[in-house]
Amino acid sequence: MADTTLRVNGNEKRVSVSPETPLLWVLRDTLALTGTKFGCGAGLCGACTVHVDGSAIRSCSTPVSQVAGKSVTTIEGLSANGLHVLQQAWIAEEVPQCGYCQTGQIMTAAALLSKTPNPTDDQITQAMNGNLCRCGTYERIRKAIHRAAGGGAR
Amino acid sequence: MSPLSRREFVAAGVAAGAGLIIGFYLPHGGESKQESFSPNAYLRIAPDNKVTIVVARSEMGQGVRTALPMILAEELEADWKQIEIEQAGASTLFGDQTTGGSASIRTTWDPMRKAGATAREMLISAAAVAWGVPRSSCVAESGRIKHSASGRSLGYGELAGRAALLPIPADVPLKQSKDYKIVGQRVARLDSPAKVKGEAVFGIDFALPGMNFAVLARCPTIGGKVSGFDDKESKKISGVSYVGKIGDSAVAVVADSVWGAMEGRRVLNIAWDDGQNKDLNTASVTAALKQAASKKAASIYSVGDPAKVSGRKISAEYSLPFMAHAPMEPGNCTANFSGTRCELWAPTQVPQDCRDSVAQAVSLDPDQVKVNVTLMGGGFGRRLEHDYAVEAALVSKVINAPVKVIWTREDDMRFSTYRPASLHQLSATLDGSGFPIALTHRLIAPSISGQKGQPTPGNVDPDLPDEAGPVYGLPNYAIEYVMAEIPVPLGWMRSVYALQAAFALESFIDELAVAVAKDPLKYRLHLLEKDQDLQYFTNTWKTARMRGVLQLATEKAGWDKPLPAGRFRGIACFGCFATYMAEVVEISMEGGPTENAQPRVHRVVAAVDCGQVVNPSILEQQIQGGIVYALANALRAKITIEKGRVVQGNFDDYAPLRMDETPVVEVYAVPSTEAPTGIGEPSVPPLAPALCNAIYAATKKRVRALPILS
Repeated sequence: MADTTLRVNGNEKRVSVSPETPLLWVLRDTLALTGTKFGCGAGLCGACTVHVDGSAIRSCSTPVSQVAGKSVTTIEGLSANGLHVLQQAWIAEEVPQCGYCQTGQIMTAAALLSKTPNPTDDQITQAMNGNLCRCGTYERIRKAIHRAAGGGAR
Repeated sequence: MSPLSRREFVAAGVAAGAGLIIGFYLPHGGESKQESFSPNAYLRIAPDNKVTIVVARSEMGQGVRTALPMILAEELEADWKQIEIEQAGASTLFGDQTTGGSASIRTTWDPMRKAGATAREMLISAAAVAWGVPRSSCVAESGRIKHSASGRSLGYGELAGRAALLPIPADVPLKQSKDYKIVGQRVARLDSPAKVKGEAVFGIDFALPGMNFAVLARCPTIGGKVSGFDDKESKKISGVSYVGKIGDSAVAVVADSVWGAMEGRRVLNIAWDDGQNKDLNTASVTAALKQAASKKAASIYSVGDPAKVSGRKISAEYSLPFMAHAPMEPGNCTANFSGTRCELWAPTQVPQDCRDSVAQAVSLDPDQVKVNVTLMGGGFGRRLEHDYAVEAALVSKVINAPVKVIWTREDDMRFSTYRPASLHQLSATLDGSGFPIALTHRLIAPSISGQKGQPTPGNVDPDLPDEAGPVYGLPNYAIEYVMAEIPVPLGWMRSVYALQAAFALESFIDELAVAVAKDPLKYRLHLLEKDQDLQYFTNTWKTARMRGVLQLATEKAGWDKPLPAGRFRGIACFGCFATYMAEVVEISMEGGPTENAQPRVHRVVAAVDCGQVVNPSILEQQIQGGIVYALANALRAKITIEKGRVVQGNFDDYAPLRMDETPVVEVYAVPSTEAPTGIGEPSVPPLAPALCNAIYAATKKRVRALPILS
């Protein structure tokens, strides 16, 4: 047990957990931010994607000690009202089926758009390829990212 | 467990459609003090105009929380904006609540329509009485009853109290499809906003005050047991509060956090008694299937007598491996046992089975067990099992506190129930023109229901009637089933036996066409050219409807047009869950030359005839998703067994499809006003044979064993 301080969605949080605890479980169990999902525990599926200092990382494979003092953004903090341009695009393109992986997909896409505001198909594929979806929503995800980037459907 | 098999449940649900409307009536009139109107268990109308529709199937991504309310709202003439949904838990009001067999729309189409129409007629009556005008002068529209002659109108909420006092009519008129305003529209899914905001509560997200977390160490050898364990190291992990056996084959580690429980399990020392399957491996499974092939078969379809037909004979054998569902949300369930009650929050496709199994496991009566159904991060049939619910209840009972049991990805992969491995022997006799006049398909596979101790009348797995029927109207046609005995745990995985049956049949038809140098589309259309009704158990397969999807898919795919250099295509069609499906797969071979070349799927054109389409957007989702799922199955899905243990553990050695491999999928539906049929599964079976037929077109090599990249 040790105290770790991190910023989560703009608020400073002090958590008392063992330092090797994955960030995922600190978010879900300690801070009750369950929008970030557990899928594989091995960095293979992307369901647990959050931003640390603006970059997309796999929270299931990131010990909380590594993010001490850093700024973590989860799906709950992506926008003030849940209406980030990607979230709107996801609704407009009717992307979610079961929806379980979609928060991780959106966080990965948000990191992509912050660095590459108008990505090509190849850039989208490259960025999104680490995020699994068993419902097979990939093509609608691609459309939603284009919609968000271009301000409309493509 | 259940006295009826899953298949019988579904069939009973379809047959009982008309009767359910009586079964689900609630005590009527008692709520009139609150002036809300609830003529049946599916519907409540409140004075503030809020219309609550109860969904008695589980949402696992297939859209039932939107599509089922659409059906009721259509007949109710509701204002869709006023609809709210409520998820039913395990109940006695709705008949069988199993979500599977692509049956949610099929089995609720009649009850939901009648529930809505009954309420509509009663609201009309209430308004007519209030205004003192004939019923026939009143119409229901957008959540109001209107009297056009006088220009008066009343909202449903205003009429709720009066309607609640009226007798419930026994027989109500249903709308004609041409008058539909909601059914058939691309109505936005009601669950999308919560899912993109991270607010949707899946089973794994549910929390109770003071809840513990548990993971279980299960015997890795199929059928093995715990012989002893040492929890000294586990108890040193911070937060671990309990370590103990659950049943014969598992040890639970309970902690105040998921991570604590996982760490406690990591350092737990267990001695296993491997039991009798310690030498089981994939090779011995294959051998068992081959050995079973010579056993006496049960006939599941028989026309004419293939043995008496002479001509050119062609035969081939196909095989498929075990596969795992691997939904994104691993298994989990929250339970709170408190002596005389047990409440569950379960991501389940079978709330009633969870209730009954848990009651038995913790020695309660079923009515002492309450099952709440959460959202599911995918199901694909995995959550037709109730192992996670029983585990959670047992752990909660032993620690006497609420607990959430969580499976890791490796737990999900290694302790799943698997799509049965199968072997298929096909033979045909061709006439002088090269068309089959006789065909025999012998399907050899273990029985899912049989392994679970459910009835298998006539040694036929009860799922086969929905999934392994005939496609072509041949004069001599036999489909036979041999039940193999294999101890690997089996489960119903999306499209169940239809995936195996279609892979074998539609690859074989392609082989026949190739053998006589005919175009595979024209060959199939010739075999379907006569309008015939093929009777198969309680289903009637119509050659005309199969012809229709083949023609639609190939027309949209441009089958008659030449492909660019390096592109190839294949076709397959199949029917299951009363739905007709045809797919054209367009590929190139990449990473050549020859031996190492791998198929890359660029485009899939899918045509479906599923009767009346309820929501075209959800239909497209289901077909696009089914094809992506099927493509992963065809390319790579393979669960192997070594020393009685499942080898694969995570998404590295059991790799689903990713975005870079995903083709463009085009979906076309045959316009129809027939009653709607299944859509969750039928897009899965044609994909693998269409793909393998394309691979043959590209390479002249025939894939007779899945997965393709093995």
